[in-house]
Amino acid sequence: MEWSASLHGLAGGVLIGLSATWLMGSLGRIAGISGILSSLVFERPRGDSAWRLTFLLGLISGPLLVMALGGGLGNVAGQGAGAVIGDPAGGVGLMVVAGLLVGLGTGIGSGCTSGHGVCGLSRLSPRSLMATLTFLIMAMVTVYVVRHLLGGGA
Amino acid sequence: MKAAMGYLAGLLFGLGLAISGMTDPARVLGFLDIAGAWDPTLMFVLGGAVVTTFIGYRLVWRRGAPLVGKAFQLPSRRDIDARLLGGAALFGIGWGLSGYCPGPAFASIGGLSAPLAAMLVAMLAGWYLARRW
Repeated sequence: MEWSASLHGLAGGVLIGLSATWLMGSLGRIAGISGILSSLVFERPRGDSAWRLTFLLGLISGPLLVMALGGGLGNVAGQGAGAVIGDPAGGVGLMVVAGLLVGLGTGIGSGCTSGHGVCGLSRLSPRSLMATLTFLIMAMVTVYVVRHLLGGGA
Repeated sequence: MKAAMGYLAGLLFGLGLAISGMTDPARVLGFLDIAGAWDPTLMFVLGGAVVTTFIGYRLVWRRGAPLVGKAFQLPSRRDIDARLLGGAALFGIGWGLSGYCPGPAFASIGGLSAPLAAMLVAMLAGWYLARRW
């Protein structure tokens, strides 16, 4: 077990928690990425679009800032210090299928890892607990099928 | 003011994703691969985030209102229905195939590649379809 990787995970997790706390304390909003991004693109609510846009710009600039600092704070698996953004796990075809499922699923299920997983669990929401257990289990089953039953791929 | 507050929240979130290694699909898939060389990193990320948010939410809720706006906007539904679980199941399959959930996928735009661009465009198409389902 790599303790430094786990410590990076813990530190990053605390930052994500501070982000969610700040967004709730300042604007009174849940930090759910699928909701923030999809509502900005498809609804563009008056008076509530600018903060969504700047949130997303901030989201992109976080990894860029870590890269600008030399990348030493990154935590990419199996690569030396300096890597911040890992390579995609497959080609365009696989990502089209995966992207459709992620968009459709988080759209129908009203949230993703941030909205249900981080914010929902912290609110002790029964819906978010059930959603989080469901997507975690389905993701583990999917990886098991792809890697161990079909043997290869992602 | 709202825009600056939103930027700070996004920046903290993006820093968290980068420092934790969640901008690396291999780390995410390593956590999901419980029958392989299991990578516990995501467990620490989720644990750190949930404990921090749990405490943080209760501190800010004590104020009664956010800095901007009249009230905290919280989801009120408590029912478990087929859309919630079916949607979560579809999302889980896509997450397991790619190692990308929406946050890390979008935060990784700085390292844009053809597969990541395909993931993001398809994700938008999925949200479009979900709004008509």
